[in-house]
Amino acid sequence: MSQISKDEVKHVANLARLSLSEEEVDMFTEQLDAIIGFAEQLNELDTENIEPTTHVLELKNVLRDDQARESVPREEALKNAPDERDGQFKVPKTF
Amino acid sequence: MSLLEKKVSELHDLLHKKEINVTDLVDASYDRISQVEGKVQAFLSLNEEQARRMAKELDDVLAGYPGERTLAGLPIALKDNISTKGLRTTSGSKILDNFNPIYDATVANRLYKAGAVTIGKLNMDEFAMGSSNENSGFHVTKNPWNTDYVPGGSSGGSAASVAASEVLFSLGSDTGGSIRQPAAYCGVVGLKPTYGLVSRFGLIAFASSLDQIGPITRTVEDNAYLLQAIAGHDPMDSTSANVDVPDYLSSLTGDIKGLRIAVPKEYLAEGVNPEVKEKVIEALKVLEAQGATWEEVSLPHSKYALATYYLLSSSEASANLSRFDGVRYGVRSDNAENLLELYKNSRSEGFGDEVKRRIMLGTFALSSGYYDAYYKKAQKVRTLIKNDFEQVFNDFDVIIGPTTPTTAFKIGEKTDDPLTMYANDILTIPVNLAGVPAISVPCGFSNGLPVGLQIIGKHFDERTIYRVASVYEQATEHHKAKPQL
Amino acid sequence: MSNFETIIGLEVHVELKTNSKIFCGCSTDFGAPPNSHTCPICLGHPGVLPVLNKQAVEFSMRAAMALNCEINREQYFDRKNYFYPDNPKAYQISQLDKPIGEHGWIEIEVNGEKKKIGITRLHLEEDAGKLTHAADGSSLVDLNRQGTPLMEIVSEPDIRTPEEAYAYLEKLKAIIQYTGVSDCKMEEGSLRCDANISIRPVGQKEFGTKTELKNLNSFAFVQKGLEYEEKRQEEEILNGGEILQETRRFDEKTNKTILMRVKEGSDDYRYFPDPDLVQLSVSEEWIERVRAEIPELPDARKERYVSEFGLPAYDAGVLTASIKMADFFEKGIQEEADPKMLSNWLMGEVSAYLNNASREIDETPLTPVNLAKMIKLIEDGTISSKIAKKVFKEMIENGGDPETIVKEKGLVQISDEGAIREFVVAVLDRNPQSIEDFKNGKDKAIGFLVGQVMKETKGKANPPLVNKLIAEELKNR
Repeated sequence: MSQISKDEVKHVANLARLSLSEEEVDMFTEQLDAIIGFAEQLNELDTENIEPTTHVLELKNVLRDDQARESVPREEALKNAPDERDGQFKVPKTF
Repeated sequence: MSLLEKKVSELHDLLHKKEINVTDLVDASYDRISQVEGKVQAFLSLNEEQARRMAKELDDVLAGYPGERTLAGLPIALKDNISTKGLRTTSGSKILDNFNPIYDATVANRLYKAGAVTIGKLNMDEFAMGSSNENSGFHVTKNPWNTDYVPGGSSGGSAASVAASEVLFSLGSDTGGSIRQPAAYCGVVGLKPTYGLVSRFGLIAFASSLDQIGPITRTVEDNAYLLQAIAGHDPMDSTSANVDVPDYLSSLTGDIKGLRIAVPKEYLAEGVNPEVKEKVIEALKVLEAQGATWEEVSLPHSKYALATYYLLSSSEASANLSRFDGVRYGVRSDNAENLLELYKNSRSEGFGDEVKRRIMLGTFALSSGYYDAYYKKAQKVRTLIKNDFEQVFNDFDVIIGPTTPTTAFKIGEKTDDPLTMYANDILTIPVNLAGVPAISVPCGFSNGLPVGLQIIGKHFDERTIYRVASVYEQATEHHKAKPQL
Repeated sequence: MSNFETIIGLEVHVELKTNSKIFCGCSTDFGAPPNSHTCPICLGHPGVLPVLNKQAVEFSMRAAMALNCEINREQYFDRKNYFYPDNPKAYQISQLDKPIGEHGWIEIEVNGEKKKIGITRLHLEEDAGKLTHAADGSSLVDLNRQGTPLMEIVSEPDIRTPEEAYAYLEKLKAIIQYTGVSDCKMEEGSLRCDANISIRPVGQKEFGTKTELKNLNSFAFVQKGLEYEEKRQEEEILNGGEILQETRRFDEKTNKTILMRVKEGSDDYRYFPDPDLVQLSVSEEWIERVRAEIPELPDARKERYVSEFGLPAYDAGVLTASIKMADFFEKGIQEEADPKMLSNWLMGEVSAYLNNASREIDETPLTPVNLAKMIKLIEDGTISSKIAKKVFKEMIENGGDPETIVKEKGLVQISDEGAIREFVVAVLDRNPQSIEDFKNGKDKAIGFLVGQVMKETKGKANPPLVNKLIAEELKNR
């Protein structure tokens, strides 16, 4: 049984803002299908009463005091910008 | 013998006695690079002007004030996913081809304060996703022992540069084996510290809950020197542990009498090359002769580590790599009429196939309807894997096995099938999932290529790892071998 | 709305008044040049990590408790993934499963009837940057606001009319302002509101399909937008049409809602726990410490104004609706102003001026000390109520001490009987017709004569005295 369809691959690529050619869709569908198929082995394990692990260390309440510090100069913030105008990052029309 | 083949402690001596100065060391590094870099191709960027200026400044200071700054004047290079202010940082990706960070990673800061001189930035698999350096967006680094072979990955440049004596030591990062595997392939010493021991601030994230920066060196002692300089709590990293950093050098006592070693049967099972297995058994005998005992144990969930790792690391990566969108920095596609095209084209042109594959896998695992079946399931299995280690560490001081199932493979040999490539990391991945520290030290050769011995310790017990590794190193000659370039 | 029932739910975003952003040390000050309050962290540069601002946590806990929420003891932060230029990491750090607080409520009053509106949840997240659209179609991104701590407060679908929605927002804003965690300035975007609205035939249990309203820049627009939308939905259904799940924008010029986009399925934000942040574990002791910081809230103050100062409940309600007004009132009381008179002035002249000028009371030079002094000048007869209006105008426009204003402008009331009688006599002499009218039983004529005397004295004559003397003089004619 296939784990992921071409349509799902296209959907996922769209969510991740990737554009794929039809050949790429074929290739990734095949590869992702194999990887996800391999991952199905986790279903051999009963994890009903197992807590998920997000962090291996049990750190809690890491907080900083509310102190403002200097920001970076504007030129630094914009230094790597592919396009800018009036001290702002410029992007083409949104739709 | 070249200056860069000496140990940190020997160089300290020479510097203190003023037999050499920092400029000599930096010269030696760039000289060596100009000799062998054409074959090894470990670097993505060099920092020559800055490094020479810093060498001169240090020589002026050290002239009247030797000591204290433990890495003063020593040439180092950093994996290219460590942010260095004003020094190009690409994470091995075309999408950051033109990127000049505006801040220093905490480790870069600490190295600077310790007086180390940054020689350049090292090649890697794109965004640390890979085991061979073949996924670099720029070029493939070669294994100094045989340039037809991969150096391993993703910290391939970090391991190869040290093996080739282009620098004294380097920093890599390890998410599923990315320090230990290339260290093993290149015959050097690589440590993945306990998760939380070294700040991740400024490490371009691959999988945040697994990534750790660590030292790659030629000897265990040098490794301890370098870890000492970079370890410790960082208020800029919420996942950085607030623990006192012990003195690592003093752990090298040379005494392992009574040490209890666990050898997981899963780590010597089929799939592990017989010669690799043989070298590991030999190493265990060496340690036994030094007063340790060993016993076979089981880490029963080891076989599930690979799938768990790929689901979790790809999920985290899918979010971590979303910021590369062509808006604020990095490469923007010339070919975009509107915002959606800007995103899609910049990312599709900027990322390589492996990165795209993992972003899509992660996006899928987190997407509506699949989250529980894949992401959450993997988080639960991670708990089981972590518990396996805790169980064993109740009765043992360290776990030992091979670092990798085989020695380095030929360039191009495994690029077709992602799953075969992923299997390289089968012995290193569980360590990241459990967050424990582990080192790879050279333990011999198979067909002229180095074999790595993996020593795994308890959380924050790098001292024991170093003690064992150092005893082994002192009792053997493997670390003295040098590749012919 | 005879056959349909309206269901409204509100999502309110409130920026917290911390000094620094939620995950970095950049300032949260409003109005700085674009991108001047940014750093690698809020710019989402490669390799940066968030560290949570303690004050943001405590402020949101304080607000949650003031809204009667239960505080979650174990919390964590999630990544909400979506691409947009104002969202630099392409994920927003937010809270999905374990928000700061849940199961709260506030009480509103509409047309004299009290009603509880449930609050589903209050969670803490980071604000996005600001996107402006340039004339050439391109957009410009300013990330100053990115990372400002933001609370999202989601109501239960308990609201049944646009009027209730208005009352809910007023009450919510008042409570949050009282807690001191936000200015709640809609014009600066520190309070923003989206509304969900659906209708269903009376008696039906299932909710109808809802639409989401955006671009609601004042509470009045929320109400108007909802009024338009409930009518539109009803007409649509009565005409045999169908309500689609869509996002609509309120147009302030036409008071209509305009379709922005139809939602296809639900958005897939791929939430998952942020591995860069650790668990937030809230102890009972921490909760109590924060609870102790909650000041007296509007309802309690209202009751106190009734019991302590004898104000009518309505007046007490108006005064306590805004913390600035209520605080002003209390300071005036401390200056020993008569509570009832002070309340009348605040609800009357002061409110009228503020509404007209679209200002808040602390944005004028008027001080409680000066208003209290002025009220005392009225009480002791130094100035008339009429003159007081002139003094007040000067005080609220240009500031200043009322005694000085009265002196400098020569506004002291004439209370000398002899002096006033001279004016009265002169006025009567000039107006025989009014005397005639008065004798013919037209009492209104007195009003005219009083007005004439006041005019002659430039309003300075003591009005009761003028009345008395006119009556006396009329008898003699």
